[in-house]
Amino acid sequence: MSFDAIVIGAGHNGLTAATVLAQSGRKVLLLEASVEVGGGARTIEFHLGFKVSPVAHVVNRLHPKVISTLKLEKHGLELGALAPTVVLSSTGPVVLHGGWGDRLDGVASEEDRKWGEMRKVLLGQAAFLTPFLARKASQFGQFSWRDKAFLAGRAVTLRLKGREKFEDLLRMLLICVADVAEEYLSDDRLQALAAFDAVLGQRLGPRSPTSLLGLLYKLSGGVNGVPGGQVVPIGGMGAVAASFAASARAAGVELRCGANVARILVEDHRAVGVILADGSEVRARQVVSATSPQATLLGMVGPAHLDAGLVRSLSILPGKGNVAKLLLALDGVPDLAGMAGRFVVADSLNEVERAFNPSKYGEVPDRPVFEFVMDKSGTPDGAAVISACIPFAPYDLKQGWDKGRKALTKAVMARLEKHSPGIGKSVVHAELLAPPDLESKYGIPGGHWHHVDMSADRMLMLRPLHELAGYQSTIPGLTLCGAGSHPGGGISGISGLNAAQSVIAGDAV
Amino acid sequence: MRALEARKANQGHWHQTLRNTPYTARIAALMQGSHWSNWSGYHSAQIVQDQELEYFAIRSTTSLFDVSPMTKYAINGPDAEAYLNRVTLRDVTKHAAMRVQYTAWCDDEGQVLDDGTLFRFSPTEFRLCAQERHLPWLLDCAIGYNVSIVEETEEIAGLAVQGPTSCAVLKQAGFVGVEGLKPFQMHDFDGVMISRTGFTGDLGYEVWCKSEHALALWDRIWDAGQLRGITSIGYAALNKARIETGFIVAQADFVAAWSVLREDRGRRPDEIGLGWLLDFKKGHFNGRRALLANKPKHCLVGLEIEGNIPADGAVVYHTGKKVAGIITAACWSPMAKRNIALASLDLPYGEGVKDDLWVEIYALRELRYYKAMKRAKVVPRPFVVLPRRTLTPPADF
Amino acid sequence: MKTWDAIIIGGGHNGLVTACYLQRSGLDVLVLEKNDWVGGAAVSRSLTPGFTYSNCSYVCSLFRPEIMRDLELPKHGLQIIGYDGGCTFTRDGDYLANYCDHDRHRREFARFSPRDAEAYDRYARDASRHTRFIQPLLMRTAPDPASFRPRDISELLYLGRKFGEMSGKQMAETLRFWTMSVSDYLDQYFETDVIKAYLAQSGIIGTALGPMSPGTAYVLLHHYMGEVDGSTGSWGYARGGMGAITQALAKSFEASGGTVRTGAGVEQVLVRNGRSEGVLLEGGEEVRGRKVVSNADVKRTFLKLVDEKDLPEKFVNRVKNFKIRGSSGKVNIALDSLPVFPALPDGSPCIRGDLHFTDTVERLERGYDDWKAGMWSKDPFLDMMIPTMMDPSMTSPGKHFMSVFVQYCPPKVQGRDWTDADRDAFGETVISQIAEYSPGFRDRIVHKEVRTPRELEAEVGLTEGNIFQGELTFDQLLFNRPVPGYAQYRSPIQNLYICGSSTHPGGGVMGAPGRNAAKEILRDLKRGTLSFSEAHDVI
Repeated sequence: MSFDAIVIGAGHNGLTAATVLAQSGRKVLLLEASVEVGGGARTIEFHLGFKVSPVAHVVNRLHPKVISTLKLEKHGLELGALAPTVVLSSTGPVVLHGGWGDRLDGVASEEDRKWGEMRKVLLGQAAFLTPFLARKASQFGQFSWRDKAFLAGRAVTLRLKGREKFEDLLRMLLICVADVAEEYLSDDRLQALAAFDAVLGQRLGPRSPTSLLGLLYKLSGGVNGVPGGQVVPIGGMGAVAASFAASARAAGVELRCGANVARILVEDHRAVGVILADGSEVRARQVVSATSPQATLLGMVGPAHLDAGLVRSLSILPGKGNVAKLLLALDGVPDLAGMAGRFVVADSLNEVERAFNPSKYGEVPDRPVFEFVMDKSGTPDGAAVISACIPFAPYDLKQGWDKGRKALTKAVMARLEKHSPGIGKSVVHAELLAPPDLESKYGIPGGHWHHVDMSADRMLMLRPLHELAGYQSTIPGLTLCGAGSHPGGGISGISGLNAAQSVIAGDAV
Repeated sequence: MRALEARKANQGHWHQTLRNTPYTARIAALMQGSHWSNWSGYHSAQIVQDQELEYFAIRSTTSLFDVSPMTKYAINGPDAEAYLNRVTLRDVTKHAAMRVQYTAWCDDEGQVLDDGTLFRFSPTEFRLCAQERHLPWLLDCAIGYNVSIVEETEEIAGLAVQGPTSCAVLKQAGFVGVEGLKPFQMHDFDGVMISRTGFTGDLGYEVWCKSEHALALWDRIWDAGQLRGITSIGYAALNKARIETGFIVAQADFVAAWSVLREDRGRRPDEIGLGWLLDFKKGHFNGRRALLANKPKHCLVGLEIEGNIPADGAVVYHTGKKVAGIITAACWSPMAKRNIALASLDLPYGEGVKDDLWVEIYALRELRYYKAMKRAKVVPRPFVVLPRRTLTPPADF
Repeated sequence: MKTWDAIIIGGGHNGLVTACYLQRSGLDVLVLEKNDWVGGAAVSRSLTPGFTYSNCSYVCSLFRPEIMRDLELPKHGLQIIGYDGGCTFTRDGDYLANYCDHDRHRREFARFSPRDAEAYDRYARDASRHTRFIQPLLMRTAPDPASFRPRDISELLYLGRKFGEMSGKQMAETLRFWTMSVSDYLDQYFETDVIKAYLAQSGIIGTALGPMSPGTAYVLLHHYMGEVDGSTGSWGYARGGMGAITQALAKSFEASGGTVRTGAGVEQVLVRNGRSEGVLLEGGEEVRGRKVVSNADVKRTFLKLVDEKDLPEKFVNRVKNFKIRGSSGKVNIALDSLPVFPALPDGSPCIRGDLHFTDTVERLERGYDDWKAGMWSKDPFLDMMIPTMMDPSMTSPGKHFMSVFVQYCPPKVQGRDWTDADRDAFGETVISQIAEYSPGFRDRIVHKEVRTPRELEAEVGLTEGNIFQGELTFDQLLFNRPVPGYAQYRSPIQNLYICGSSTHPGGGVMGAPGRNAAKEILRDLKRGTLSFSEAHDVI
């Protein structure tokens, strides 16, 4: 059996890459280790009658180019209406409507104005960065005339926006989110939200320089054409993944679940196929991997085919997750300020910073900050599920996750109880997924959403390593298309799309 | 981090900047004056008594040179062969046990980190000897391999016994059967490992033993050599012999990649005359991809220069005007009776363009520079070929 | 009334450097200093009989040799002495020493980890590469990237060319270096905590960031790019204390005809129609000058000395947002005998260098967590030296002056002002840490001076007691320092300039901001710069 291309991993990026390759007339085999597709985008029944999206739970950066190329809407993608973000704080809630608060409820009018000012600046900067994130980032020293023209074009565009915006961007690009939030805002809750959104999924606190980048990255996304917008998808993330899978099948992709790739076959210095865990061999002209660069190259290819400097760089690449999930099945619907959507529990920017502190030393915070969504659609009537993302939960926990799970669950429940008294009693099932659990249960390498930290030194041409920028590995015929590649994580599909186009353009020979 | 006791035991190292090797005491007793240089933090004799006489000992009798400061790594384990095959340029699967391979290794960019000798004791046991230190690199290379890498520089003493009577001296010292060793072969004489290797291009051996046995070994060889002109030598004499042979030295004839500060100063193997070590058919090795993707820009050649003034550090010109490169090592060769040099040239000079090369020599004579533009000719290396280097068994003296 | 060609507000080292260059270029220059002595934060002071203290800055490396040469500072008494040694004590009773000699250094590191001992060579090589990139930028005015003037464009092209000369790999390494934390940076090379802790301290000294904060790798470089007589990265003592530098500058200035007035604090910069015309002194006296140059930090200059209404709103906002964060304190101690550290073997040269007790990166970072919470570190990082080991001019034989730099120390204690009791408690935290490693230490103390950011601000005038006149984060470096659009030592007010460490290339006793500012002023005056020797080549 031989294929034009084998894609490893049927997460959203693998599905996108496989579909785009199949659309180009290639015969494509998509291999998924788990029993179902979706990767980080899936929905499971975690308790009898209760469905939840155990990993990603909102859609906020699905790329329009991916939606149109894969014709996802035709294949059943239904995103629904924009969801607001509600900041739950001890001083009362703030509601951000539309795309990251184009309208606010619950703040003083002067603060509302300042928020608007900051939001405009940040959205402007995010919009400037968006084109960088949508296209391939070539390796340093290998810029084509197109790359150079693009960069020159961006520089001119920026300068044409006027001196002030130009200067602001150069100053703010690598600043910390706290500086910006404190320059503009005085409301603790809004500062807390900006801080939280910037550092969720990062190994940074709001006072760490470069942390604004996380927020700009978030704001470079959006849904339904609304920058910074988000939806809690109808039918959960599994429904989103199903539309990807439908598109893949329609394009002729052969999809095989439960097919665990043990090794990538390298012959005569070229990737020529894969060997599955059961020992069977499948050959193809191209191999495209949606799993992490570390897992692909160190695990599946093996150091013998790689240069030692690259192996060293890969082995110290920060690929350990920092976010835990808490899933709750509730026998009643909690009252959460009378709102639905995404909730962020954080009192202040300093509280976010304090929650970050222990994670530096392999500890979990006593008073975690977190976001959650509540969903009633996949549950028995009158019941609900809550899915929470809790940052600053390091993969390598000093006390071990057996203890850590209990401690963190208790700390989160204590805070929820404050905002929705009695919620603890309505919990019929609770499950805390620490990064190692996300790895073992859902095949997310290192339990890291982004596969590789989205730090400033691992972005654009530096992602995941400068030798691996531009999607091509050092092995001819082996392409990387996952979140570890530019532009990075989040349910976007753009790295899968770009990587497939890079294969089609002939970069992989 | 090492245990506290081990750390504390070594606290006193700061008292002595240059460390003694197992042989330092014997050499110091012979040395007139104090001509020590620093070789990787160890005492290394520059001149013991008289560098001219020491040179002639290499070429006529037997010379002893302390090579203990050579960095030595024990590389053992089931994957040792595969590991070294990826680290080094040559095919280690073809490297037989109890033989020595001259080799070199590169970083990811295909730039030479060092050259050295690889001793194979058994299918799974090796020793890598190099002038420089490479532990972090060798450990990085071990990721994914079942292999142990332990530095044993301090534990193993090395002595180069080189010269036309060296075989006879070793036989006299009781190493019966040493005459049967072919070049690059080695043999274990009850804990004394003798390899027929060296840096002189002459008949010669290197003798390796545990450091605690070193002095007894020295005395044994020294006494056996008394009737055959045995001489303790320094690096000055050895350097002349190695130039005649055309051997290169890291940090002199090329800059080792790990230490390169200015990016264009690193060198590929084929830019320093080591292209013959490259084996692109053997499977992947470090730097392979970069070496295939790029082309050499420099070359290392032997030059024969008019006149008799050594041209160390001189600039090489083409047609007397265009800079073509630099002399990295030079001497008047007593064996060839020619003024010879090693030069690092920018291609095409040295390969495509060999004619009309000139060397600008500045010689300081009584506070005035004597400047001369001398014609230079590219000649094959080694400058001096001695049949006795390879003759087995060697002639008996 | 006399109108000076130029008035310098503040006689710190940068103000004096600017003054010297301007005076030597033929201007009639007046330096106004609020204290009764000049020197700013580079001073030698006698606070107890028989002892001279370097009571603010305490070591020297960054001060540009070009300036020492141009201003003939050796002739006026400046002498820099390089030092060797130094160590970090470990909590298990050992120590990690630092030696200049390469092999000694390697063997010392190898006591802890043979691998890391060799990795140090790679680390040092890479640090040198980064230093080589940044060094030539120190003595150049940063270009304004938003400008279309030929000068700015050509300077931008110069930067672009320098970057473009690198290989792809090196470009990547350089960009990464500028954005990484010193902890992540060191993790690339080393595995041993005490080695990382020892090297990480250069990444945090003077900043309000922890070793795990991105951007601190650059700060490390900031401490490496100096030299002592061509030995890049070396540090030394100024003989006679750090005041020797500013005293030599003042003497050089006066020798070339300049005038210094001490005890003359400036109340306000006089501005009319968007031009400065001079200054108003605290006593009400007006002094007129064609050019006014402020050595004070950017906040003090534009938020205190200038009326806000004379400045554009955007500029004022940016100045307000400029980060000057006090993060360090100082304890200066007079000792009647040499302290003993039992962990060190007899005769160890370490005592001549910088001594530390922080043996893990985590301890360093936890110290920063305390600062973020508005407290001084419970377990502070100390950079401690005894310059009298090498400098006999600061006290009598057998007695010693010990300089202890302490981090972290907040500008306010949990949001409120420092009290004397806070200061004493802070000093006690420091002394007790030293005493833990040096029995009998307290008994040797003759006198001590504890300086928190409060004292530093009150005496030297540094806002929040920040020793760099502003954080060295990327948003405040190069063309962003101090604020975008005004990185070329000029201000929105005509004839008003700034020359302190708030400007490019930043803090440390470097003198480069002062020199660069002088050059820009002379450029505006269309005067030649013959008194400037060319910046040293990096080849």
